[in-house]
Order: sequence, then structure tokens, then C-alpha cells
Amino acid sequence: MKFSLAWLKDHLDTDASAEAIAEKLSAIGLELEALEDPSARLSGFKVAKVLTAERHPNADKLQVLTVDTGDGQPLQVVCGAPNARAGLVGVLGLPGAVVPAGGFELKKSAIRGVESNGMMCSTRELELGDDHDGIIELPADAPVGTAFADYHGSDPVFDVAITPNRPDCMGVYGIARDLAAAGLGTLKPIAAQAVPGSFPCPVPIRIEDPEGCPAFYGRVIKGVTNGASPDWIQARLNSAGQRPISALVDLTNYLMLTYGRPAHAYDLAKLNGSVVARRARDGETCLALNGKEYALDSAMTVIADDSGVHDIAGIMGGEHSGCTDETTDVLLEIAWFNPVRIGDTGRKLNLTSDARQRFERGTDPAFLDAGLEILTDLIVGICGGEPSDVVRAGSPPAATKTLAYDPAMAESLGGVAIPAERQREILAALGFATDAHGKIAVPTWRPDIDGWPDLVEEVVRIHGIDAVASTPLPRADGVARPTATAPQKLERKVRRAAAARGLNELVTWSFLPQDEAEHFAEGNGGLWVLANPISEDMKAMRPSLLPGLLSAAKRNLDRGAAGLRLFELGRRYLRGEGGHSDERLTLGVVLAGERAARGWASGKAAGFDAFDAKAEALALLAEAGAPVDNLQFMGEAGAQFHPGQSATLRLGPKTVLARFGMIHPATLKAFDIDGPVAAVELFLDAIPARKGAATFARAAYAPPALQSVTRDFAFLVDAALPAGDLVRAVRGADKGSIVAVRLFDDFRGAGVPGGQKSLAIEVTLQPGERSFTEADLKAIANRITAAAAKLGAALRG
Amino acid sequence: MDYAATREDALAQIAAAQDLGTLETLRVGFLGKQGSISGLLKTLGGMLPEERQQVGPQIHALRESVSEALAARKDALEAAALAQRLAGETVDLTLPAPEAPRGSIHPVSQVMDELAEIFADMGFAVATGPEIEDDWHNFGALNIPESHPARAMHDTFYFPDQDGEGRAMLLRTHTSPVQIRAMLAQGAPIRIIAPGRVYRSDSDATHTPMFHQVEGLVIDKGIHLGHLKWTLETFLKAFFERDDIVLRLRPSYFPFTEPSVEVDVGFAIVGGKRVLGGSGDAPGHGWMELLGSGMVNRKVIAAGGLDPDEWQGFAFGAGIDRLAMLKYGMDDLRAFFDGDARWNRHYGFNPNDVPTLSGGVGTAA
Repeated sequence: MKFSLAWLKDHLDTDASAEAIAEKLSAIGLELEALEDPSARLSGFKVAKVLTAERHPNADKLQVLTVDTGDGQPLQVVCGAPNARAGLVGVLGLPGAVVPAGGFELKKSAIRGVESNGMMCSTRELELGDDHDGIIELPADAPVGTAFADYHGSDPVFDVAITPNRPDCMGVYGIARDLAAAGLGTLKPIAAQAVPGSFPCPVPIRIEDPEGCPAFYGRVIKGVTNGASPDWIQARLNSAGQRPISALVDLTNYLMLTYGRPAHAYDLAKLNGSVVARRARDGETCLALNGKEYALDSAMTVIADDSGVHDIAGIMGGEHSGCTDETTDVLLEIAWFNPVRIGDTGRKLNLTSDARQRFERGTDPAFLDAGLEILTDLIVGICGGEPSDVVRAGSPPAATKTLAYDPAMAESLGGVAIPAERQREILAALGFATDAHGKIAVPTWRPDIDGWPDLVEEVVRIHGIDAVASTPLPRADGVARPTATAPQKLERKVRRAAAARGLNELVTWSFLPQDEAEHFAEGNGGLWVLANPISEDMKAMRPSLLPGLLSAAKRNLDRGAAGLRLFELGRRYLRGEGGHSDERLTLGVVLAGERAARGWASGKAAGFDAFDAKAEALALLAEAGAPVDNLQFMGEAGAQFHPGQSATLRLGPKTVLARFGMIHPATLKAFDIDGPVAAVELFLDAIPARKGAATFARAAYAPPALQSVTRDFAFLVDAALPAGDLVRAVRGADKGSIVAVRLFDDFRGAGVPGGQKSLAIEVTLQPGERSFTEADLKAIANRITAAAAKLGAALRG
Repeated sequence: MDYAATREDALAQIAAAQDLGTLETLRVGFLGKQGSISGLLKTLGGMLPEERQQVGPQIHALRESVSEALAARKDALEAAALAQRLAGETVDLTLPAPEAPRGSIHPVSQVMDELAEIFADMGFAVATGPEIEDDWHNFGALNIPESHPARAMHDTFYFPDQDGEGRAMLLRTHTSPVQIRAMLAQGAPIRIIAPGRVYRSDSDATHTPMFHQVEGLVIDKGIHLGHLKWTLETFLKAFFERDDIVLRLRPSYFPFTEPSVEVDVGFAIVGGKRVLGGSGDAPGHGWMELLGSGMVNRKVIAAGGLDPDEWQGFAFGAGIDRLAMLKYGMDDLRAFFDGDARWNRHYGFNPNDVPTLSGGVGTAA
């Protein structure tokens, strides 16, 4: 909402400076976005008089002027305007001045060989209007030599952001009312001059959609002369950023911008029969004033006559019946439209307008007659003509709301004690009447007020929200209690553990290109795909953290990164029950490029392999509190992984805690990545919660009395046998004595038969009360070889 | 017998030994079972007491000095051998040691931990909610009905789906739905913050379609605007570790609060960057909008299953990415989500820099 100081002063009697008003606007909730001072833009422009005008020697359309700037030394100026002539008083821009339109700086120059010391300006060049047919012509008595800013009047312009709850402040008058209540002046009463009609309204007006249009008032004015509106109207519209069009259009806009009250003027000659507020019919269209054709449907309210739709009600008028310079008779429309309907229609048509903004927020239902009178008065005064009687169809919902209010609530909710008397004053200044029982009547222009907290807000914002004093929240005894939940602690711990292992945490988009999401979506029961994505690259919610990390790895590799250890801790988005989402905390790790650069001791650069992924998976699962010793290694890591170099880690056959391994070459190709990439995905949500209450005391320390002994075994096994199976079998061979089994060699080649491999393990044996005898050790060794033999393993000779 | 001459001779031989083998041979020759000095000791048994008294000490002294000389020479030879071995083991310690990768915590995570730490001290727990929300939790329950112009303020991402109750599914546009979920789940009194991802269909130099917000909610008895002001002041002072943080409250409008308050913070331009602190009205200072807040609307309290005549409270929301940028000096929001490892190493945090109140929640540059 933009308006000038002069416009504000039409309604607010005040001596306050523009700066003081600007500060107060923000302080009472009408946020100032800008305070523009047009005089600054007009510096360097002077009132000047053309003394002589001669044909330019080298150009037909140019003239060479001598111009008096008031200092007795006329300047030579080249000018192309057809109206430039001796005796004209206009506006001269001197070298150094910046032309508002275009923003270029004037310089002394030679135009076709003739020196020019400035520029005589048009209204458009100074952004004071649209006229560019000639230079500005000021009255002959305009004081030559005066700064044009002073002559023209330097009227500051406020640009204020109006929150959607304040339709009353979508007009200058409402802003003036707020400022007056805040002590910045006196609000002037609305001067609505009743203009009696001299004949019955010749156009029947009807409402067929009372829900969408509860009230439709109108009257005809015959014999108007349309044309440019007077300067003062144009100045006000310009300050609001509106282009003046013609008097009839400008005056309806002026009414709207001044009082927040939209109105419409139809060219009566273009109407045919009764004018009706009704639902549109499916398939009807309306060519609106913005030149676009809109397809309407039966959920929308329109104003139509016997020929068709003339107005998308409350949003935009139609091109066909709009006023032109030829218009002589007009029908004025002042209606009250249902805010919900206006919003729905506007959204559906994707059409915004100043009228929609106001109707959608709720215009004052008690301001129809006054608005019509003011508009009639303005039109008759400026365009002439003779008004008819007013016709009224329907009535607006103008019932007064009353609220119970206890002034103590200003303190109990607003935190600031304000005397009841002062509160009543503030409310009265805003138009809220208090009755003898303390009930507050809400003014009709404040549809946003529907409870006592709203009244607290009114009182506190006008009183000054800075008066609210900081009050400490009550604090529990002692030091702060821990608040983090178990999953939150797990998340924090795993994040820092991952970073401590040398991984860099990323935050990548939650949405992916749909094909990438689908590639990682197997078994997820359907992706969440946006209906209105911002781009195709951000369309489907990620079902895995890996694609985002792979894309990041790709970008980093393209930037020349040698080795990448990336991780992200975030949600993957699955389908849940009842149509809801199931968002699961997940850790993704991607290891790409070099694990170690070439080195003087280590030789060539090494890439990552599946065991790097395994190390991360197990270490981070351990940090997360997963029972890593009990995990089973199984396959089915997913089609995105190398089938022979990937695995899942499970607790039981169904609970998958992690998948890891090398990414499938086809997946890498899809991401356009060269070279192998290792990856891990930990499903942190699947880790079983620790049972029982946490205690701090650990189990008693009871080291074994006797030293453990180790024995090595080498077995020949089938080359396809997982080493882990052999280790598990050996561990189980004598649970009382075997405390650890560690595999230290996997050998194939000389001495090992084809199709087989030699696995060497170190077994740690812990004696209990007495030392092992040779016979004990032999028995254990026999049990170990027997357990291994069940897997087809033979002790290597 | 001339024990003195024997001693001199023995010591000379020991001193001349150049290696441990020679020395061992000498030891055996002097002190072994068949050794010359051992032999002298054996003669003592056959002597008369007077003779033994005279000769005994001399033989013992001889044995003692030879034994000592052998030990001393052995030490010397061993030390020399060690020194020689070590001289051959010299390495060039200017060669690089094995490298260990350096990990990092993303600034958003670090700041979330800082927020949790500060607010825990004020009795706030951390609450969460789904990012794929239904329109009741995201809008309806927060007093933003379908037709409300305020919905236009949120550029919402929608899914074509509806939940089991026919509610449209969308990406939450703010963390405020967690207010509703927390009230429904926990009742009152309540003190929570809810940090997390939020989404708006907006993308330009200063907006990304995904960003992070933190919501705060206090519901209790007798809570008013003054408590809100104190909480935000206390939080910002702790977060920026400055006592000169000055807030300016401005009345505003959010459908889910009444009264509603925008919170500006005073800042100065230092070295081309905004540094919070001081009054925005002071010379060289300005105000910047940092938080939206207000007293929770009665309709929202009711939607949370609580009686608004019994409970009241406040809520606030702020951008986490923005807080991180203001504190740690990043100037491009889009880089937060680009995944450039160089950026992450530059602006990321050492995992050992765990925010604590005793150490100061912030990590110095």
C-alpha cells in the first residue's frame, strides 16, 4: 500500500514529520517498507523559461532554445519537443541531474554540432505522468529559477506492508485512523455528501447468488464527460503507483485506495437489460480489463446482463463494458462479495487485483451507501452528469459484533498494565465503542476482531509494544534437567562418531528427480511425488539417502576432489499407515575417489573397497548401540549395489540394520560417476531400543585369575564358504573356553587344492579355576576341528 | 704369588677386549669353573688358618676387581653396539606421516545442537513431527482455513495424495504443526523447541525450496508477552554470546498467534557483515527482522486439545540457516545444500566441538 503524505493529510490533521509518521507506522504494526522522497529525485531540475526558439541548423525536428534559468545568463539547449516555443515556462534539467525515468545523468553535450546545456523535460521523463508528446508546460507565472521540486511540491510517499488481517488499512483513511489513535494527529470525519437522484435508476439490478453477493447497490449517472482526471487525483494515484487512465476509472480507484472500498463503473451504453449478480455458467468466459480471457465456472460469482458476463465479481471488470473517453452514461456498482468466494475464484483463475485483495480480506459492510455517495459526488463534480436514485438489491451482513472484555487481560496476556481508562480511549479512537457494562462493540471495518485477545493486541500495539517488560519464565529448582530423548541422543552420537571417523556431513535436498528416486525405491511401497514441484530435479521425496550423496559426490569429483568421505543423517520418506508418511532416521555414507593418496610409504593411491564400507557400517552401528556381535551377514543389499560385493547386516532374518558394499556399475553410470564408489546405509530406526532403565554403575570388574592361551588352526574349506561361517562355527565349538576367534589368513594358491581356500584362525582360550592340561587342550582342539568339519573344513596338515 | 701382577694382567686383557665374545671368553678364563681366579679361590681350602687369613683377602679382592672390570667393560661394549645400531636406524622425520581424514559436522546440525543446549537450560525439550504433513496440522489447526489469504503467504508444495481422513497431503511450510502434535501428545504445561526441515515453493538468491526452522512453544498458566520477550532475549544473548543484544518488538499478524509480534534485532555493519548487538537506532546500526512470534491463538490451543480458558502461552519461529549465517558468517544460503565438500570442511565443525553451556555453545573461528 503506497500513499503520499498529502493524501494522508487529507484525512489526518497532523504536524508530524514524514519520518515520525514512518516510525509510528511500523511501531503500530503497519510495517514501513520504504519512505520515498520524490524531491531527492527531482534535484537538479529547475523552472525555466524559453526565451527564443530557432530551427536547428542541421536537423529538421530539433530546435535550439535559449532558456532563462533565473540567474540572468540564458543557457543554450537543444530540444526536440514540438511544443517548445518562445515564452513557454517549463522544467530544465541541468548537467549533473539524473533523469528519473531511465536513471541517466545529464551532461553538457553537442547535438548535431550544436552545444546543449541541459534538457527540457516531459512529465514522463520526470515520472510525473505519462505524457511524452511534449515538454512540460507550467503556468506563465511559475517562478523561473526555482527548484522544480519546491515548485511541484515534494510530497513524501510511504510504502506500507498491510498484513492480511487489516482490510481497513487497505485504504488511506484506515491508516489515518490508526495513526490518530496512536497520537499522531486528529482523524478528520468522512465527508460523504449525499447526492440526491433526479430520476429513477433506469437499470434493474438483481441478485441471483445471495451467498456470493449479499448486497449490490447501484445508480446511473447520465451525461458525464470522461477524460483525464484532475492533477490532484492523478498525483494521488501516481503516489500509489497507479497509472491514471481516465476520470471515471481513476475516481473508482481513488475511492478504493482512500477508503478500501472497491467500486466499478460500467459504460451504460454497453449494457443490455437487467444487471444481475449470479453464478457463472460452466463454459462462460470473460475478457477482463487486463486483456486476458478467463474461463469461468459455476462456483464463481459474476455480474452479467442479458448479453453475458461483464465482471468477474469483486476481482476484475470486463473489457467490453469498461468506461472509455466516449462514455456518457455510467452505471456505478458498489457491492459486498463473500470473501471466501472471492479468494476461491481468484486462486482458481490465478488472478490478483486490488479489488480482490480487499474483498478477500473483507470490506466494511456498512460503507456501501457512503462509498456510493462519495463516488457520485466525485464523478458529478469532475465529470458532470446527473445521477439517478440509488437502487439497492440485498443487504450486507452488517450486524455488530460485541465482545466481553476485561481490561486486566492487557496485563495477563499482553504483559503490560495499562489503565482501563486509557484502554477505553485507545479502543474508542479505533472505533470500538464500550457500553455501560464494559462490552465492546467491534467496528464494521474490523472483521479480524473476534475475541478478547484481539482487543489486547489493539490496546498493546497502540499503547506501545515496547512497553512490554521482559519477564523471566519460572525456572525449576536446581540445574536444568536433561531433555533429550533416546533417539535424539542416538542421532547426536552417531553424527559426531561419523565425523570423528573422518566423514564430512552434508545436508542434501529431501527431493530427487523421480527416476533417481525410483531407482532407489524398491520395496518402499510407493514414492511421495509432488504435484507442483519447483523443477523436475526436485520432484520425488527421497526413499534413500544414497542418491543425494551420490549426486554430491559426482559434483565434487567434477570439481576435482580426489577422495570423498560424505555422510548425511536425515529422513527417508516412506508410505505409512492411514495415508500418512513414514519418515525414518537414516544414515548414508558414500566413499568415492581415493581412500589414500599415493605416498612415499604406501605406494600407489588406493581406492575404497567394500571393506571400507563394512568398517564404517560396523563402527557406526556399534556407536548407535546396535548389538554388532549378534548381527548376521546376508545378501540382498539391493539392485543399486554390486551383487558380489555388498551385504546386509541383520538382527534375525527380517530386521535389516544396514546395507553396505560397492555401488553397482550401472547405478554409477546413471549418476555419471567414473570409478568405484563404496556406500553404507544405516537404518537407525531399526536398531532395537535398550531395555530397562539406564543405570550409571557398571558391572563389577572381574578379570580372570589365569592367563588365556591362544592356538592357531588352518583349515582347507570350499572356496565359496563364507569365512564368517567358519568363525561362527568355531566360536560355538566350546562356549565355556573359547572367548575369541580371529581370522588372520585367507590363502589360495600353491599347496591349496583348486576350488578350495585355506583359512587360518587364532582361537583364544580362557581357563577357569585351573589351568588347561594337555588333555584339555587336545579335547578343545578336537571339538574345534569337529565343528569345522561340519562345514566341510579339513585341518590343514 | 704376585696377586697384584695377576690383577694388572687381567685388567689389561679385559680393557683390550673389543667385543662381547672375547669378553665372555676372558670371563670364563678368569671366573669360570676352571678359571684361573676360581682356581686360586679353591687353594684357600688347603691353607693353614694363618696363611688363609693373610692370602684370602688378597684373592677375594682380585676376584672382585676382575669381576667389576668385566661388568664395566660389558656395559661399555653393549652401549657402543647399541649406539652403532641406532646410528643405522635413522629416519627422515620430515617425511609426511600417515594422513587421517578430517571429518566435519554441518553448520545446520551444529546450530541445532546449540539451540537444544540453550533451550534445555530454560526447560525446553526438543520435539519433532513429520515433514510430509496433512493440511489440517499445517494450516487448519493453526487457524489458517482454506480460503484464508494467509495461505497465499506460504508457497506450498502439495502431493496428489490424501490421508485416510481425506486431508490433503503436503510438505510442511513451517515447523508450527509440531505445536499441535506436541499439545495433542503431551498436554500442558509444555515447553518445547522443534527444529527441522521446512519447504516452500520458492527459489532465488536468498530462498531455497528447503530450509530449516526452529519453532518454540510454551503453554502454561499465566504466560504473557513479557515471558516471550524474555525468552527470546535470553536465547539470543546465549546464542550469540553477547550481552548487548537489543530486541525491538513490532505488532504483526500470524493466524496462529494473537497478539502477533515480529522481532527485530539491532545490528552494526562490521567489515561488510552484519554483526548483532546494540540498539538498531544507534549510529551505524540498523534493525533486522529475525523472528516471528506471538501469544498462541485460543483456537490453536483448542485444536491442540487444551482448554484456552485454562492455558495460554507463546510461540515463535526463526530460520536456523539464517541464525547460522549470522553467527558464523556464511553469505550464501544455497551453498548449505550444495554438498561441496570444500564448503563443508570450511564452514563445518570439528566433531569434538560439542556445544556446552560451560564452554560456551559457540565455536570460535
